[in-house]
Amino acid sequence: MELNSRIPSSPLEKKWEMHRFEMKLVNPANKRKYQIIVVGTGLAGGSAAASLAELGYNVKAFCYQDSARRAHSIAAQGGINAAKNYQNDGDSIYRLFYDTIKGGDFRAREANVYRLAEISVNIIDQCVAQGVPFAREYSGYLANRSFGGTQVSRTFYARGQTGQQLLLGAYQALMRQVQTGKVKMFPRTEMLDIVVINGKARGIVTRDMVTGKIQTHIADAVILATGGYGNVFYLSTNAKGCNTTAIWRAYKRGAAFGNPCYTQIHPTCIPVTGEYQSKLTLMSESLRNDGRIWVPKQKGDKRSCNQIPEEERDYYLERKYPSFGNLAPRDIASRAAKEVCDEGRGVGESGLGVYLDFADAIKRLGDKGIEERYGNLFEMYQRITDEDPYKVPMRIYPAVHYTMGGLWVDYNLMTTIPGLFVLGEANFSDHGANRLGASALMQGLADGYFIIPYTIGDYIATTKLEAADESHPECRQVQEEVTSRIQKLLDIPGKRSVDSVHRELGKVMWDYCGMARNRNGLEQALKRIPEIREEYWKSVNVLGSNEEVNQSLEKAGRVADFLELAELMCLDALERNESCGGHFREEYQTAEGETLRDDQNYCHVAAWEYGGPDRKPVLHKELLNFESVHLTQRSYK
Amino acid sequence: MNLTLYVWRQPNAKSEGKMVRYESKNVNPDMSFLEMLDVVNEELIAKQQDPIAFDHDCREGICGTCGMMINGVAHGPKKGTSACQLHMREFKDGDTIYIEPWRASSFPVLKDLVVDRTAFDRIIRAGGYISVSTGSAPDGNAILIPKQNADLSMDAAACIGCGACVAACPNGSAMLFTAAKVSHLALLPQGQPERKRRVVDMVNAMDTEGFGTCTNHRECEAACPKEISIQFIARMNRDYLIACLTRQEESETK
Ligand SMILES: Cc1cc2nc3c(=O)[nH]c(=O)nc-3n(C[C@H](O)[C@H](O)[C@H](O)COP(=O)(O)OP(=O)(O)OC[C@H]3O[C@@H](n4cnc5c(N)ncnc54)[C@H](O)[C@@H]3O)c2cc1C
Ligand code: SF4
Ligand code: FES
Repeated sequence: MELNSRIPSSPLEKKWEMHRFEMKLVNPANKRKYQIIVVGTGLAGGSAAASLAELGYNVKAFCYQDSARRAHSIAAQGGINAAKNYQNDGDSIYRLFYDTIKGGDFRAREANVYRLAEISVNIIDQCVAQGVPFAREYSGYLANRSFGGTQVSRTFYARGQTGQQLLLGAYQALMRQVQTGKVKMFPRTEMLDIVVINGKARGIVTRDMVTGKIQTHIADAVILATGGYGNVFYLSTNAKGCNTTAIWRAYKRGAAFGNPCYTQIHPTCIPVTGEYQSKLTLMSESLRNDGRIWVPKQKGDKRSCNQIPEEERDYYLERKYPSFGNLAPRDIASRAAKEVCDEGRGVGESGLGVYLDFADAIKRLGDKGIEERYGNLFEMYQRITDEDPYKVPMRIYPAVHYTMGGLWVDYNLMTTIPGLFVLGEANFSDHGANRLGASALMQGLADGYFIIPYTIGDYIATTKLEAADESHPECRQVQEEVTSRIQKLLDIPGKRSVDSVHRELGKVMWDYCGMARNRNGLEQALKRIPEIREEYWKSVNVLGSNEEVNQSLEKAGRVADFLELAELMCLDALERNESCGGHFREEYQTAEGETLRDDQNYCHVAAWEYGGPDRKPVLHKELLNFESVHLTQRSYK
Repeated sequence: MNLTLYVWRQPNAKSEGKMVRYESKNVNPDMSFLEMLDVVNEELIAKQQDPIAFDHDCREGICGTCGMMINGVAHGPKKGTSACQLHMREFKDGDTIYIEPWRASSFPVLKDLVVDRTAFDRIIRAGGYISVSTGSAPDGNAILIPKQNADLSMDAAACIGCGACVAACPNGSAMLFTAAKVSHLALLPQGQPERKRRVVDMVNAMDTEGFGTCTNHRECEAACPKEISIQFIARMNRDYLIACLTRQEESETK
């Protein structure tokens, strides 16, 4: 396998412009001769499908929900970044670029990140034109707020429902194309495998989730925009259906998997309460703008928060990171919370929680002012915990949130399988080892609206594609494999529910590959995961048949893939003998407990190639070159 | 707490359904309603019985996927709350709970509590967008929008497309959903050029899908998890009327 990142050689500021000029175009009259498959209709997939159809391509779009509008992007609360500098507070494309590189602990590609910062400006314009009701000032101008990891206000938002509004914009653009006939939409359809013919991605195999029909779809290029795999941990802030199946199947057919161990743990989630819990709820990071985070100074202090006087509180983020304070980046804020809880100073019944206190802000802004800014978040918190955050501080704890790893892609967003493109959270790009808040939405839309329409054209214009249809032997082969895998799951004579195994896997991952990892733990996990997997294929219980709505079957297939991915994540974490961003290896830390990077040996993207059944995957390295920024110790002090 | 559930079981669109009784034991008041169903399902699986199918995804009250009638009320007893955000502390030990799918002829049942809501997508397809293509938009601040309008537009845009309004309406009307969509765009400058065409096309699509008419029962507003106001229905009706009256002239002057 060869990793060619295809980074243009022009100067940083000119790379994208020159590249766009150099790429081949497809004649408008010819575009309608091509068929493109887009799996996923979140911000990345929805925007891509709509934009490609506008250009004239024929698009088939797929999602597992009942409507394209329900993709997980809808749940994003806080906002989307863009280097507009509307606040005149010193923002610029270069600063957004720099913040993102630094935030990602110098483990992202400079060229991609610069392009992202450059395009960020157009995204807001595009969404405003679509009618996204962004928050406005009384003057009628767009409003901004700040987010973790930055000192400027560059985050655009629509109440606490930014993802919803951006997704509705993309979904409506998509529906417009469905109406013109350029997009054929397949809701409640799950992609279960990918078809590679003569080394090129040429199609997918899907299951109709209502009838169970297994079908092959052929195309000239395939785009995966299937989101993140955080649900490998069972408990996460992701929607219940989020999964790895699409990218995992592609990995097994030859696409390299980049940085699988990079998981973002989000610092402001509602703490876990009981065994039955099915998911964790995120409270937007924007709360950290006005909320102050603290725990008691004294270990095991069980007094209620109101009885703990000011001088006995430890505002640990403000103390340790005076210049960023409560706005320290996510990886840092999460680890700091874990640390104080590990010391026995955590709050709440489980001791796994810290206070996010709005008392000062309420004094300053009044209940009304707070409601204006965070009303729906406060309401959500109250609904879940039965506590009123206007009266008592919220309790928060870190939770699995976002996966920076994903399929490896080059500058054109193409994987190591020609014709297979990956967008949004499903690819590995742009965030390095840690993602700054409000930049996933930005990346998804940049990929879908503004990058793929160009780069896919170049691929199509420069590639000779043989004629192929659904009767091709390769299609039949893959379709048979999919069918027999389903049958195999249904035939297991076991007793355990899919969820119970998933929970068990999740616990192993959280304990050994979670917020902090070490060699010993990872080695244990690498022993345990294959055992759980083996047991799964012997003892899981999947009722019903394929030819009906069968939610257990859907879950069973996804968990089977998680059970394989988990092992690769641990292997990757073990291989990376350094700490960076979301990957904190306890053996590698500074005297103050901060991440200790090893740029000499690990300034690379780890790209894993599938080695075949029961073989160790092969590690390839894409070296990262930093030409415009200096690699420095990341400091938020 | 211990509860008795009566759940609508229907294997598929074609077969008949019926209410089936289940016991739900040791329910923790902090559980969400869907987590309570998860636990019931785990027990059913242990007994080799088909688990109850229900739609859900985000479990945060925002994707609009979940939805069921709980004791005859769409999304259950708590106001402004989707089923996934309803917690068991709203119920009492020993309660009996009836759980059914949305009942509306335009939302056929697929299995148990799962219904087909693609009719909503077809309403949007008819015109629920601004016809802007990618890549040529003017600067975002070139379009000024008074805060009040942006806020009101956002109130309408908050609709999650869950379908509770339809299920709650005695006529199975989709007026609240359609009105929310129409109003969101009608309240913004970007939505003006297509405003009349949009409202006419979307209302027509709604009728084609077989949704009932609005006779002011206001059940939709009461059931809506996002508390979308029926004022938007009035706004849509006004727009529709004006559009019907003036569109004729427009096409004549073309
Ligand atoms: C609670 C929460 C809040 C967040 N808040 C923010 C925020 O404020 N700002 C920010 O920038 N980011 C935020 N994020 C992160 C951000 O929302 C996501 O990273 C981003 O939306 C992912 O978009 P996507 O298009 O890549 O994937 P998704 O939106 O997850 O879409 C995935 C799509 O793929 C489809 N799919 C998946 N697998 C298959 C399959 N096998 N077959 C068919 N279809 C499939 C799904 O149906 C769906 O349509 C948040 C995330 C969470 C969890
Ligand atoms: S108007 Fe309310 S009830 Fe109707 S679909 Fe929208 S959110 Fe659901
Ligand atoms: S599951 Fe998303 S709104 Fe209930």
